[in-house]
Amino acid sequence: MKRIAYVLGLPVVLFAAWFLISAGSENFYAPPLRDILQSFGKTWTLDRLDADVLPSLLRLAAGYALASVIGVALGVAIGLSRGLRATVEPVLEFFRAIPPPVLVPVIMLFAGIGDGMKIIVIVFGCVWPVLLNTVEGVRAVDSVQLDTAKAYGIGGPARIREVILPAASPQIVAGLRQALSIAIILMVISEMFAASNGLGFTIVQFQRSFAIPEMWSGIILLGLLGFLLSLLFRLAERRALRWYHGLRSVVRGR
Amino acid sequence: MLEVHGLRKTYKSGRREVEALRDLTFTVDTGELVCLVGPSGCGKTTLLRCIAGLLEPSGGKISLDGHEVSGPAPGLAMVFQEYGRSLFPWMSVRDNVELPLKQKKLPRTRRAELVEEALGAVGLAGTESAYPWQLSGGMQQRVAIARAVAYEPSTLLMDEPFAAVDAQTRADLEDLVRALWRRLGVTVLFITHDIDEAVYLGQRVVMLSSSPTVVQDEVTVDLPADRDQLHTRADPRFTELRTHVYEQIQQAKLSQAL
Amino acid sequence: MKGLAGLAGLLLLVEALPRLGLVDDGYLPPATRIAAALGDEVVTAEFWRAVGDTLTGWAIGLAIAVAAGVVIGIVIGAVPVLRAATASTVEFLRPIPSVALIPLAVLLYGTDLGSTLLLVVYAAFWQVLVQVLYGVADVDPIAEETARSFRFGTWARIRNVLWPTALPYVFTGVRLAASVALVLAVTAELVIGAPGLGKMIAVAQTSGAVPDMYALIAVTGLLGVAINLAARLFERRTLAWHQSVRGEVPA
Repeated sequence: MKRIAYVLGLPVVLFAAWFLISAGSENFYAPPLRDILQSFGKTWTLDRLDADVLPSLLRLAAGYALASVIGVALGVAIGLSRGLRATVEPVLEFFRAIPPPVLVPVIMLFAGIGDGMKIIVIVFGCVWPVLLNTVEGVRAVDSVQLDTAKAYGIGGPARIREVILPAASPQIVAGLRQALSIAIILMVISEMFAASNGLGFTIVQFQRSFAIPEMWSGIILLGLLGFLLSLLFRLAERRALRWYHGLRSVVRGR
Repeated sequence: MLEVHGLRKTYKSGRREVEALRDLTFTVDTGELVCLVGPSGCGKTTLLRCIAGLLEPSGGKISLDGHEVSGPAPGLAMVFQEYGRSLFPWMSVRDNVELPLKQKKLPRTRRAELVEEALGAVGLAGTESAYPWQLSGGMQQRVAIARAVAYEPSTLLMDEPFAAVDAQTRADLEDLVRALWRRLGVTVLFITHDIDEAVYLGQRVVMLSSSPTVVQDEVTVDLPADRDQLHTRADPRFTELRTHVYEQIQQAKLSQAL
Repeated sequence: MKGLAGLAGLLLLVEALPRLGLVDDGYLPPATRIAAALGDEVVTAEFWRAVGDTLTGWAIGLAIAVAAGVVIGIVIGAVPVLRAATASTVEFLRPIPSVALIPLAVLLYGTDLGSTLLLVVYAAFWQVLVQVLYGVADVDPIAEETARSFRFGTWARIRNVLWPTALPYVFTGVRLAASVALVLAVTAELVIGAPGLGKMIAVAQTSGAVPDMYALIAVTGLLGVAINLAARLFERRTLAWHQSVRGEVPA
């Protein structure tokens, strides 16, 4: 009971405060929350979700999945080779330091303004945290674990699958988590630049046509989306890394 | 049968060369249990890693059952000192024991049999689905032993396996090793820094000198094959043997100091 | 040494791909041409003004975010009731993508510095806050009880127990926030058109000055690397007294 009050208390208070304070708002840019909520229902109809939100999410999923696979694969390869790592590390650090949205104009040159461009933008922005975290994770695999695998004849693909990837998985997941928020940002930005549909495109359209309550409803939708995706990620992480969190709590308890 | 002949290992770091093993020669006959003792820092772990095929020797020859060792040999299983790091924390106890068997491409039913037998033999039946880190240190080392046993090796290498467990658990595990050895008839090479443990466990004790390491001495443990913690350790012959080993080790240390 | 070879390899690749006709040089100009464009840029006052604008937005935004994050984090962290009551709100607001605020920023501030600041502060604030909260939660209960048993007041406890424990986390938060702030500063300039490097990139793109665009992007990357290195150096210097520079808490 008390827990629920703590979880819901502040959000309810904030929401109510927004609702009440904005109720008589004459400010053009900050319309009453009631209007925003009304326009939310009117704006984000099923048709709209299908026409604008779904394409955004599909591009997000495609880019994120590709970036994850590429990042982990390259990360394992680089992490396993000391020479390769020393050679490419500064290059990777440089690429990671480039603010991902500036890649949009570059990739537009190559890939136009279609879905391909947006997916490539997401891949290009997301791959670095996954890659670099995987390299770190692979490099830090316990030497006794590697010796054990060797002594029992676990080599080649089995060594990567059964030992190196699981051992590096906490680091890899940390990289994937960073990549997820970058992916959402890039999904929106790439649509703001050049698109004919998508969540980012629609919100900017509202802003340009001064449809303020609709714009606010779009911001709220985007917020909800970010929240939901991070919630999903955490659920998946808790399942996948159950052993790791258990191990950590045991080690800390000792 | 394990034969080590003229084994030499030098580490190079930059321009400096460190000689870890100078000239080691000894054999462990098939089905024998031999303990290796030596002063700390005498290169025991280097030796073991060479035998396990994890480390390339700089010279000399190691052969296992007549084949020269040039990499991890299929007939050999190893139990590491660092049980907490040698068991994979992301796998259940069962999966940890089963993984090397999968690598051997054994059929599923045979694997299940071996896992069950091995866990039963070390007294861990019923913990199959637990994670290793949910078990106590002694139990974790039992899992590591079960993994080695299930592998059905001809030779078992144990690298100070009980250095990190408490004294009572250690006594239990020592008895477990002897029981398993007598039952399975495997060749066991057991490395320890504990002289009592070496004499209690082994049929033979090989003493190593300080680094650069050579074989200092060898002694046959002529205690009865039925041993137990109470009577064996109280046996006057046990005391004689451990005194002898102790003196040799002290001498090894002294000759190094000189 | 090998790292230099890697960088040289990258430059060589960028030079060779368009020269050999493997990539259209209208899309990817050779490295030498990008370098020439960069050489032309760095002698202009406009370029340095843009760098200055970007860094101004970055620095002010970061400063506000760090100050707010630290103060709010310590207050929330030091009072258990507050921490319990705000946890869900923090968890809800944190993952909201900062770019969702772009339309709002445009309406409120147009293409002024304010737009950049709004995005930078929002994004960087959470990085700091979350790390501070982790840091405060890491206070050793025994140290806390020791302080209590010596009848330390709240303020003394915060100063002598809580703050020193949280400090390494604060630095981690600042380091993470510093790179996020740069990303958002450039993004705001690029998308909204606030003055700075991002706007120059957008202008170069629309006017088809491809080598300049690449040169400017490389500059943002170098700025990012420099900020990262500086933050790490600063962290290591100031925390040399601390027993361990702690591992990062995944944020």
